[in-house]
Amino acid sequence: MIPLSWYLILAAALFCIGLYGVLARRSAVAILMGIELMLNAVNLNLVAFWRYLTPSLIAGQAFAVIVFAVAASETAVGLALIISIYRRRATTVADDINLMKW
Amino acid sequence: MQPELLTWLIPLPPVLAFALIVLFLNRSNRLSHTLAVGAMTLSWALAMVVFWRAITTADLGLHPIAASINWLPAGREALRFGVLIDPLSAVTLFFVAWTCLAIFVYSIGYHNFGKPRDPEDRPGLPPHAGGIEPMYARFFAFISLFAFGMLTLVVSDNLLLLFMGWEIMGLCSYLLIGFWYGKESAKKAMIKAFITTRVGDVFMLLGIAWLYSYTGSLNFREILYNPELLQSLHTPAFPELAARIPALYPMLSSVSVAGAIGLLLFMGTVGKSAQWPLHVWLPDAMEGPTPVSAMIHAATMVSAGVYLAARFFPLLTVGWHEGDPLTTAMKVVAFIGAFTALFAATIALTQNDIKRVLAYSTISQLGYMVAAVGIGAYAAAVFHLVTHAFFKALLFLGSGSVIHGMEHGVAASSTHAADAMPGQEGPAGVRKTHEHVDAQNMSNMGGLRRKMPVTFWTFLIGGFALSGFPLITAGFWSKDEILADAFGNGHLAVFLALALAALLTAFYTMRQITLTFLGQPRTQAAEHAHESVWTMTAPLVVLAVFAVAAGWAGIPEHFPGLGGLVPNWFQDFVVGALPEHPETLAFNPIPLLTSVVVALGGLFLGWLVYRRVRAGAEDPLKKPLGLLYTVWERKYGFDELYSWAFVRPAYWFAGTFVYRWLDRGVVDGILHGVARIALRLGSALRNYFDVPVINGTADRVGQGIKRAGQEFRVLQSGRVQQYLIVGLVFAGILLSYILVVKP
Repeated sequence: MIPLSWYLILAAALFCIGLYGVLARRSAVAILMGIELMLNAVNLNLVAFWRYLTPSLIAGQAFAVIVFAVAASETAVGLALIISIYRRRATTVADDINLMKW
Repeated sequence: MQPELLTWLIPLPPVLAFALIVLFLNRSNRLSHTLAVGAMTLSWALAMVVFWRAITTADLGLHPIAASINWLPAGREALRFGVLIDPLSAVTLFFVAWTCLAIFVYSIGYHNFGKPRDPEDRPGLPPHAGGIEPMYARFFAFISLFAFGMLTLVVSDNLLLLFMGWEIMGLCSYLLIGFWYGKESAKKAMIKAFITTRVGDVFMLLGIAWLYSYTGSLNFREILYNPELLQSLHTPAFPELAARIPALYPMLSSVSVAGAIGLLLFMGTVGKSAQWPLHVWLPDAMEGPTPVSAMIHAATMVSAGVYLAARFFPLLTVGWHEGDPLTTAMKVVAFIGAFTALFAATIALTQNDIKRVLAYSTISQLGYMVAAVGIGAYAAAVFHLVTHAFFKALLFLGSGSVIHGMEHGVAASSTHAADAMPGQEGPAGVRKTHEHVDAQNMSNMGGLRRKMPVTFWTFLIGGFALSGFPLITAGFWSKDEILADAFGNGHLAVFLALALAALLTAFYTMRQITLTFLGQPRTQAAEHAHESVWTMTAPLVVLAVFAVAAGWAGIPEHFPGLGGLVPNWFQDFVVGALPEHPETLAFNPIPLLTSVVVALGGLFLGWLVYRRVRAGAEDPLKKPLGLLYTVWERKYGFDELYSWAFVRPAYWFAGTFVYRWLDRGVVDGILHGVARIALRLGSALRNYFDVPVINGTADRVGQGIKRAGQEFRVLQSGRVQQYLIVGLVFAGILLSYILVVKP
């Protein structure tokens, strides 16, 4: 059986890739995709811990399902915002969307 | 019902009418006059019931209709207010109720009720072309209040309540004399009347205070029906003063406390009844509408003065008995009365304004009554008060009717403006379209007997009553009684003065009648005059009946022929108001003959002199009298004298002393000084404390925060990814702190 640490290393790698995407990509859509990666890295952790440590309880799986739901809604809202901004300003570059400036 | 209760109710209807008119009904002329006249009729009816009960009560003087309540508890005692109907107030109530009612009804016609309002008429000015008075409702409100004041005064049982009614009338007379406040002369007259009567009232108030401090009461019965109390007042009033000034010792030492109080109260009478030297306001009071003149001169105010003098007759005459020489106080009263009677009669000879003649005649007749009080002829004074009220109200209302007719004549003749009489110019600015004819000037009248028959006949009756036309008229009986009393008790100087005044009275009355009604019309206005409406003539007829019949109540018993046909009811009734009843005088032909001769002689002479006065001609007396005529015409210069002695100093005092020195100098100076100090202090505080410390601190804090904000605002770039990096850094720091440092 594959040891737990492998899963954790995979998840950490995925998280870092997602984080890099969020911080470094210019497109807002790509940032959203980075966020997806980070969320799924967390899900991987949750499922791995559940399987290895408390397989008799359902909490780990439930947690993962909730994260799916949250991620889906967050993506929906985020995409809607991006489309709306694109219609107004004809751009999806995150640095140009500095509406929260002073 | 109890007569006491009815007496309480007598003054109430007019005051309710006043309040209702002022508050609610003043928009509706019809409702206002209906309410006012209705209220007065109610008061009149109550007064008649009470009067009937009074005269059918045996010994009313001993058992008057009286009731009182505690009004103002003060210390151990309470000030009591109440009503009292004794013989004096009963007869006063009788004539007051009748004349007031007549005047109320007359006012409806006088103010042209039922005519449309002339758009040119302005409130505060008399209507000039027969339109309805613009302030019609207001007039009825005022006269209602006036009637309330008089009725209160009459039914009051104490001096304080009497004084309240007295002052209410003072206020109303002010308001009514200045009813046409748009006229400058009316404004001046109202102030003059108010201030002049106020002079008398101040003395009267002093008398009230003195009386109260000596007796502890202001109730008429308690003071005046109490011989012991009155005797105790028969002590010298100014013993120390008399001892200190030897030159005045005989005069000062002879004034008793009672006499001094009586004289102070009498000063109230002098003001209210327009006796010399406070007579000046009454002729000027003619500026008011004619019903006001009648109210003031017949029914109410001036009668109130004599009523007060008669009421305090027992106080004034303490220490005096029928046949004794007069006390000092009585001498003063008799002198002022007799002097005023003669003095005013001479002025009346030369006046041309129909109402002014009557005003001076009123002053003169009031002098008669005051003189009668002064010589102790109590019943005669009250008798003359009653008869005079009737015939003088009649004369005033008659003159109002004449003026009214003349004004219609003026309005009618203005269409024939081309042939207006030359040389007659009325007060300027009334109407510029035609030459104005003064509707009150008797030299513009003449021949009105054919135009205004009812007014003529009633005026004739009133005038004959005033002159004392023998046997028929009321004025003869009352005047004769005063003359008989003066002669019978040996007051020869008073007798002569009054007899001469009676001659002058008859003369100027006939002059007035001749100029106004007889002969030919002297102006177009008189040509076009016509009789007044029935609301004006009906009161004249009623009053004319009284001007004749009121005399029959007081025919002396010893009068030849007529005496004893009717009992001398009046004298018997009225002296019941006194604690000790004087003897009736024996008949003496000399005063009777005198009064007959002066009355008939005066009337005849008046007719003889004035029967052929042409239009524009000067007074036939002017030449023979010469300088005297001018002096009389100028009223002995009293107006000028008072203006020089009192009015101008008062203006100087007000203008120079109070305004310029006291107000501008001292008061304003202090104020300006305080203001300047406050200004300095304020600017110092501002410059050295507020601006540097408080403003400085606040500004610096604000500036600092602003600058810090400007420095730090670059951090807020609005770029999400930058924020995230910062968040990541801090999260890393926190994580490393938790993982590395903390364990």
